Parts: sequence; C-alpha cells; structure tokens
Amino acid sequence: MIQHLPILQVIIPLLAAPICFILKEARLVRWFVLIANVMAFVVSIMLLQQVNLHGTLVYSLGGWEAPIGIEYRVDELNAYLMILVTSISTITIMAAGSSLTKEMAESKQTYFYIAYLLCLTGLLGILATGDAFNVFVFLEISSLASYTMIAMGNDRRSLWASYQYLIMGTIGATFILIGIGLMYMMTGTLNMNDLAERLPEVEQTKTVFTAFAFFLVGVCLKLALFPLHLWLPNAYAYAPSIATVFLAATSTKVAIYVLLRFIFSVFGFEFSFTHMPLTEILVSLGLVGVIAASVVAIYQTNIKRLFAYSSVSQIGYMILGIGIGTKTGLTATMLHLFNHALMKSAIFLALAGLVYRVGSVNIKAFAGLGKQMPWTMAAIVVGGLSLIGMPLTVGFISKWYLILALLESNWWPVAVLVLIGSLLAIAYIWRLVEVAYFKPALQNNQSYKEAPLAILIPAWIFVIANIYFGIDTSFTVGLSERTAELLFGVAK
Amino acid sequence: MSFLEQYNYWVVIFLMMSGFYIVIAHGNLVKKLMGLTIFQTSVFILYISISKVIGGTAPILDDKYNVYSNPLPHVLILTAIVVGVATTALGLALAVRIKEAYGTIEEDAIQEKDLQQEGSTE
Amino acid sequence: MSNEISNQLSNEIANQMMTQEALMQWIILLPLLAIPGILLFHKKQNLREAATLIVGTILLFAVVAFYQGFDAGQGAYVHWWELLPGLNIAFRAEPLGVLFSLVAGSLWLVTSIYSIGYMRGHGEGNQTRFYCFFAVAITGVMGLAFADNLFTLFVFYEILTLSTYPLVTHAGTDKARHGGRVYLSILLVTSILFFLFAVIGTWAETGNLTFTAGGVFDNSTSKMVVSVLLALFVFGIGKAAVMPFHRWLPAAMVAPTPVSALLHAVAVVKAGVFSIMKVCVYIFGIDLLAELPITDWLLYIATAGVLLASLVAMRQDNLKKRLAYSTVSQLGYITIGALLATQSGVLGGSFHIVAHAFGKITLFFCAGAIMVAAHKTEISDMRGLGKTMPLTMIAFFIGSMSIIGLPPAAGMWSKWYLLMGTLEAEQVAVMIVLMISSLLNIAYLLPIPLRAFFDGNRSVVSIRRDEIKEAPWPSLLALSITAIMTIVFFFWPQPFYGLAESLANIAGGAHG
Repeated sequence: MIQHLPILQVIIPLLAAPICFILKEARLVRWFVLIANVMAFVVSIMLLQQVNLHGTLVYSLGGWEAPIGIEYRVDELNAYLMILVTSISTITIMAAGSSLTKEMAESKQTYFYIAYLLCLTGLLGILATGDAFNVFVFLEISSLASYTMIAMGNDRRSLWASYQYLIMGTIGATFILIGIGLMYMMTGTLNMNDLAERLPEVEQTKTVFTAFAFFLVGVCLKLALFPLHLWLPNAYAYAPSIATVFLAATSTKVAIYVLLRFIFSVFGFEFSFTHMPLTEILVSLGLVGVIAASVVAIYQTNIKRLFAYSSVSQIGYMILGIGIGTKTGLTATMLHLFNHALMKSAIFLALAGLVYRVGSVNIKAFAGLGKQMPWTMAAIVVGGLSLIGMPLTVGFISKWYLILALLESNWWPVAVLVLIGSLLAIAYIWRLVEVAYFKPALQNNQSYKEAPLAILIPAWIFVIANIYFGIDTSFTVGLSERTAELLFGVAK
Repeated sequence: MSFLEQYNYWVVIFLMMSGFYIVIAHGNLVKKLMGLTIFQTSVFILYISISKVIGGTAPILDDKYNVYSNPLPHVLILTAIVVGVATTALGLALAVRIKEAYGTIEEDAIQEKDLQQEGSTE
Repeated sequence: MSNEISNQLSNEIANQMMTQEALMQWIILLPLLAIPGILLFHKKQNLREAATLIVGTILLFAVVAFYQGFDAGQGAYVHWWELLPGLNIAFRAEPLGVLFSLVAGSLWLVTSIYSIGYMRGHGEGNQTRFYCFFAVAITGVMGLAFADNLFTLFVFYEILTLSTYPLVTHAGTDKARHGGRVYLSILLVTSILFFLFAVIGTWAETGNLTFTAGGVFDNSTSKMVVSVLLALFVFGIGKAAVMPFHRWLPAAMVAPTPVSALLHAVAVVKAGVFSIMKVCVYIFGIDLLAELPITDWLLYIATAGVLLASLVAMRQDNLKKRLAYSTVSQLGYITIGALLATQSGVLGGSFHIVAHAFGKITLFFCAGAIMVAAHKTEISDMRGLGKTMPLTMIAFFIGSMSIIGLPPAAGMWSKWYLLMGTLEAEQVAVMIVLMISSLLNIAYLLPIPLRAFFDGNRSVVSIRRDEIKEAPWPSLLALSITAIMTIVFFFWPQPFYGLAESLANIAGGAHG
C-alpha cells in the first residue's frame, strides 16, 4: 500500500470522476467528492512523510522499469505542492455545495464535480510524474476540465472566456509538445532524469535551444505570465465562483512547478541561466507584469476581474523570484506560491459568499456591505492586506524574501519597483474597502445577510491560515528553503 | 544536408504557420478551431517524421529485418491525437453554446455584444 | 494625596502581582482587552465607556508601575516568537520606550474622558467602532514603544497606521474619505517604499535589526549605503511628518477631535519621531551620524521644514489646521534633536516628545471644546470667546506657552536643550532658525487666547457676555488636567527628564 502512494494520489480522483456519473444525484455526489478529496489529501500528507523518511520516491507504472515504462517521482518539491493542491481543493469543495446550488441548475452540478475531479487529477498527475510526455497529457487533462468548468458559469460571457482560454491553452500545450518532441529527438528519452543526464552532451545545439524556447513560451502561456495572460481575467471573472477559487489557487501554481522542474531539474541551472538569457527574460517580464497588471486592476469595476488581474501581477512576483537565479530568490518564489494560493483562496471564497447573497460582484454592489456582511468583508480585507504584504500576514513573508533576494544580488532598483507594485495593490484593495465600509448602502438595495456558513467557514479557514503562516513561518519557510536547495542541488 | 533533404521540417513549418495564421486572422469560431487542428497536426507530423528511418520497416521482431523505425513517437502521437480530438470536440461544443447564447459565432459580433452588456449593467 | 494612592496601587501591582516582563506584555495587550467589553455593551453607552475607562485606568497604573520598576533598575525583555530565522517579535524596556509609554498611557485615559464629553456632545455615530479602533491604536503604540528590534517596530508601526484609518474617515463623508485616502496613501507609501526598504536593506547589510547602543553598522558597510539608508529611514517614517511628506497630517484633521488630539498630536506623530530617534540612536549611533555628510543635509531639510510649517500655520484660519501645521513644525524639532547627533540634542528631542505631547493635546482639547460648545472652527470667529469659555481659553494659553517654550511650561526645557545641542554641534544656522520659529509660534498661537480675552468689543460671539457656556464637564476636566500637567512638568520634569537623560547617556556612551 505504502509503496503505491504516488499512483494512488493520481488515481483516486481519476476513478472518483466516473463514479460520480453512476451516483448521479448532486447531493450524493457532493459528499462523495468531498470524501475523495479528503482521501487525496491524506495520501499527500503520507507522501510527504515518506519522502521525509526515505528521500525521493520512485514508482514504476505497471512494473515497467524507467527507460521503457513511465516513472513517477516524488521528492520534497512535488510532495509540498501536492499538499497545497489537495488541501485547497478539499477546503474549497466544502463550500461548493451551497455556492453551486445558487449558481447552476442541479442537473449540471454533477458534471461540474466531474470536471473538478478531472482537473484535480490532471494537476496531481503533473506533480507526480517523472516523464516529460506524461506532463503534457496531464496538462491537457487538467486544461480540458478547466475549460469545461469555466464554461459552466451562469453568465454567457463565461462561454466566450472558456473558448478564448481553450484556443490559447491549446496553443500553449502544443508549444510544450514541440519542446518535448525536440528534446526527445536529441536524447531519445522522455524520462526527466535521463533527460537531465543526456541533455548536457548536446546542449550546445540549436535544436536544444529551440526546444527550450518552445517549452518556455508554452508554459508561460499556461501560467499566464504577462503578456501571455490575456485568457486569465475573463476566465476567472465569469467562471462559477468555486471554479475560480480552485483555478486561481492551484492551476497557475502547478504551471510554475512545471517551469521550475524543467529549467532546474531537466535543463539544469547552468544551461538555463548561463547559455540562455533566462534572467533577463523572466525578470523583465515579471516586473512588467507586476506593474502593468496592478495598474489595470485599479480600473476594474468587476471585483472578480480585479482580483484576476491581481493574480497576473502576483505571478509576476513568482517569476521574478525565479529570474533572480539565486537560492533566496527561489525560496521567495516557493513561499509566494504557497502564500498566494492562501490569499486568493480566501478572497475568492469570500467573493463566492458575496455572489451567493448579493448576486453581483460589481463594485457598486459593495456599498454598505461592511456593515451587512461583516465577516465576509473582513475575509476580503485580510486577504487584501496579505496581497499588499502587511506584516503578520503571509504576503509580508514572501515579499520580505523577494526583496532580500533582490538586495543580495544588488538589484535595488528592481526592489523599488517591487515595492511600488505593493503600493499599487493598496490602491485597488482600498478602493474596495472605501466603498464597502464608508459608503452607505444604496437606497434600493435590500439588506443582505451574512454569507452562508458553508462558504464562510472554508473562507475563514484560509483567512486564519493567512495569518497563521504569517506568524509561524517555520513550516513554509523551512520547506521552501529545502525545495530551493533541492532544485539547486539537482542543478549542480 | 541540403535544403530539400529536410523537407519534412518545411512541411511541418508550413502547416504550423498556416494553422496559426488561421487561428489569429479568422473571426469565425469554427474556422479558428480548424486552424487550431491544423496547427496541432503539424506537430503530430513532426513527431512521426522524425521517427522514420529510411529503409527501415515496422518494428516487427524477426530475423529478416534489422532496421526499424522508432515506434515510440507513434504511440505518443496516438495519445496526442486523442487529446486533440477532445479539444476540438470541446471547442465545437462551446461554439454551439455560444451560437445559442449570442446568436452568432463571429468574434467581432460577440465582443460588441459583450461591450453592450457591460455598458448596460453599469 | 491621589498620587500616594496611585503609588501604592502601582507598587502593589509591581511587587505582588507580576514581574516586569509580565507587566510589559500586559501593557501591550491591555488595550485590546477593552474591545470585548466595548463590543458587548455596544447598546449601552455608559457601560461601553466604562469599559474603556476601566482599562485605561489599569493601563495608567501599569505604565507607572512599570516605570517605577524600570527606574529601580529592573529591565525587561520578552521574546514572543521568531517570525523568520533571526527576525523576532520581541520587546525590551529602554528609557525612550518607557518615556513614550508613560506619555501615551497617561494621555489615553485623559483622552477617553474627553471623548465621552465630545462624542456625545457632538452627536457622532458609530461610536463603538470608534472606541474599538482607538484601543487597537493604543496597542500599536505600546508595542512600538517597547519594540526590541526594527522589525517589531515596523510591524506595530503598520498596525498603528491601519487601525487609525477608520478613525480618520470616521464621519464617512466625502471629505472624510478623501482625507483618509491622503492619510493612508502617504503613510503607506512612505512606510513600504522607504521604511520597509530601509529595514530590509539594513538586514541585508548587517543581518542584525536589534536596537543596539552605538548602532549595528560596522566599518564593513560603505558610507554611501549607510547614508542612503539614513535618508530612507528619515523620509520613510512618514509619521514624523518630515517635509515633504507632511500632508497627511492636515488631511487627518477631518477626524473627530479626540482622534486629532491623542493620535495626531501624540500617539501617531510621536510614534514617528520616536522611531526616528530610536533609529538614530540604536541603529546608526550618534557617532556614525555625526560622521555622515548626509546627516547635515537631512538636518537642513528638517530645519527648513520647521520654518516653512510655521509660516504655513500662520496663514491657517481653521484652528485645527493651524494646530496641525504647528505640529508638523514641532515634530521637526524632535527630528532635528535626533539628527544633531549630540547628547543634548537627543536629550532635548526626547524631552520634547513629552512636552509637546502635553501642550499640543491641551490645545486640541480646547479646539474640540470650542467646537462642541460654541460651534466655532475658524479662528477669526473666536474673538471675545474668553468671556464665555474662560477655562478653555486659559488652558489654551498655557498650552501655547508650552509650545512656544516660555516658562513656566514644560516646553521650555526641551527648547533649551535643543538649542544647547545646536551649539554643541556648531550648527548656528539651525539655532537661528529654531529661534525664529519660536517667534513665529508666538505670532500664530498667542493671539488666539489674547484676542479671546481682550478683544471683547469686537466680539462676534452673539451670546451675552456674562453667560458661561463651557464644553461638557468630562471634556473640561480632561483639558484642565493636561494644562495643569504642562505646568507641573516645568517644575518637576522628573521622571521624563531622567529617562531622556539616560537615553542621552546611552547614546553618548558609545563615545567611550
């Protein structure tokens, strides 16, 4: 049993999805999905334990050894992210029942849950696998499931958003496919470990350069790095609230994992940062993303869209951390990966509660809500403070490390720009606070009740996590530092 | 290596660029999907053509043959084709739904209607 | 007599109930304990205010007891937790912090008394929210006062900024929201862009953020970097209102007067100059400061700020605005005291924290009392007001004396030592400016009470002369207390003088 954990992680949600078809009834399905999620979460915790005990776990699919068969490889980095994904997915699904009932017909809910589970399968598969082509397959599984979930929003614009995402996502995935194909051409293997061994022999060829370029662009499309982010704002804004929470918190993070895995473990630090101008590309794009997306966010009237743009800018921070190319920078990225997932889960879940009661996320609808829905608004404010990077929230921790990394490399002008990014975050968060707390409710608005507990409690779990991990950082900082070392260790 | 010796790459590049162009330039959602399919197909051809060994046969274990083409890319591309079909199917389904919701599958018209909707809600 | 009772009480708290460490933590957390009480009784005004007053009284005894313990040589150090490796949330008692906590602790109680009269007399809404955030702000101040390192200081600095924002925008009108926006944006922009940057920069350079006598920098750090960091600190601590980052202070005057009085004459602005003083003494050390060429430039900027703010204050007709600009100018004195990098400068600067606090809070209390009782906000309307509000105007007169630096008011001592400091540092220009500024203080403060008393013929106050119509008694009581204290501290400047002196000794100790 224990040695099958890596595959169990992927197979539990995969098998749970078709069972939902059989169960049919939404209420049953909801409980079943929750159980499947909890199981996945437990498996991920056991995996981390195993990794801590025995080091990297290697699992050969179907008993076929590595060069022939597909291999799953779980080290601390994957285990860390698996815990992140499964925990967020589990807590989010707790809120799904009431939120979905409000937003879509009961007959559609089962399909939503199926798409949700498949998306989870895809994300966990990407994390678990040690095979390059397998990454592509799981990426497509999760993407197809995301397109479906987004299209189930109750606004017709969700269809258009989903379609746009489908086009751009497929182009991105195809780019990744080209990159993998070219790597295979040069090395004759798809196993990441073997790739890492054989690529250095041929790394000075144009084919490998091209492979790297295709792969990079493809992944950056998937993780919505500015200026390849165009699909993201609409997709987040019009998707069902629960889908937004899940996608915002996990899917871009997993894409960043893919980027990290390939540039550090497969291509190697040496190649990525010295032969390729990765630092220049990532730092400049990350910075422009931070600033531009924040500025655009300030002018949004749809609050879900506002936070979607904020996600684009936060991704910029993570990319920036990678681009610095030092251990501290990578630690900052790993921290922000985790922390940003917590912030955005809290905010988007609170927004789900708001949609439940108010039905709109237009900024005008927020007038007076500070009094009418104090807990929901407080969740958004705490999440917002965390986004800004206020001390005692998680946002501060990741920003601290990022700026420290920049100063260590003597890039203080960049550090100043990062701080300006934080200030822009204040501008868009405070617009919301002002309307919610210091503007009287519109006259024709009826009085709204607090969001239902089923949504509020999961949201507050995230809020408390935001504060807890902002105060007790030993878990996150420790893991982030170790994974950063791991990635650098593999590179050397 | 002369220009023509690697003609398979030129085919791939031609297909890829035409597919890409269609995706970008056409406003019709179904046409865009066709472009996307062509784009994907070009990559399939890339994979399959590189696995071909000239003079090699199918990989059958027999004493008579000792030069085989690489079978692995074929297998990979089978998977990729399945993924591609699923993507196209989903895309077409979305196009149908968009037609139902907006009454059109032209990009410009859809964007115009969205703008109107946003204007009216504010 | 009441003094004796309080002494006994404080002794008891100190001796029997808890150690200095525990007492320090209670001082930081006590204000928060008022919040459940305030929320619980949000429908019953009297009980709600009682919660604030009871906690305020306990806090006052606690800070006094803590001071006595500290004076007797008992230090205190508390380590809460390690946020990041090497970065601690920790507290330590040192002279300046004890001084600041004494000022804030005693004035919170007085202001609470005053608020009851003011808020009710003025018919303000949302009073529960008001008292809650007020309590959070006091926790912020106390945490800041006892911070053992820059990091802890920064954390509480930001808590203070955020918790005072709802107080500034209290009225909820467009004007209040606009004021709040200016307030928050300037304070956060400076704190994140400069202050945080400087904190991380110091950390990256030295790996040590703990306040250390003599500073944390050694010779390995280039003078260039240290200079930049110093400038970042001075401008980044926006609460000190060093020009050109002073605009938030006049903007914050839209807040209810008790907020302006305690927070924007005492707690928030003093937190700013307190932080600058701490940074100068314990992060850089005055020896290093004296060596840096940039210190002089910053000193001149601060000096120019003093003069400019005084000139602007003269042109304000709105009483609260005039007081706000006067505060900007007076804060400059304290910044100058820190930047002079001499023992007398440090002594005068830290004593001015106290003297200005008591003087300016008196003036604000008076401004609020006038607003509540006579509904006047413009100075030109206040002629002849001395006939109807004699007590208020006398208090105003005493407060003005202290700000100007005339005996018998506490402000005289701080100005005295500041001038000594300028002589020690051979900054004659600064000395001249300080003296000119004092003259300007006379010009914009004294006419107000004088005209109120002696310009009755041209009175624009339409009520009968002999009719006395003062503010509600709690407000009156509060402003009398602070006015009396201002005079008391002239004759008995202990314990504040002692604390300021020991800070100066610590700062100068690095000489040896």
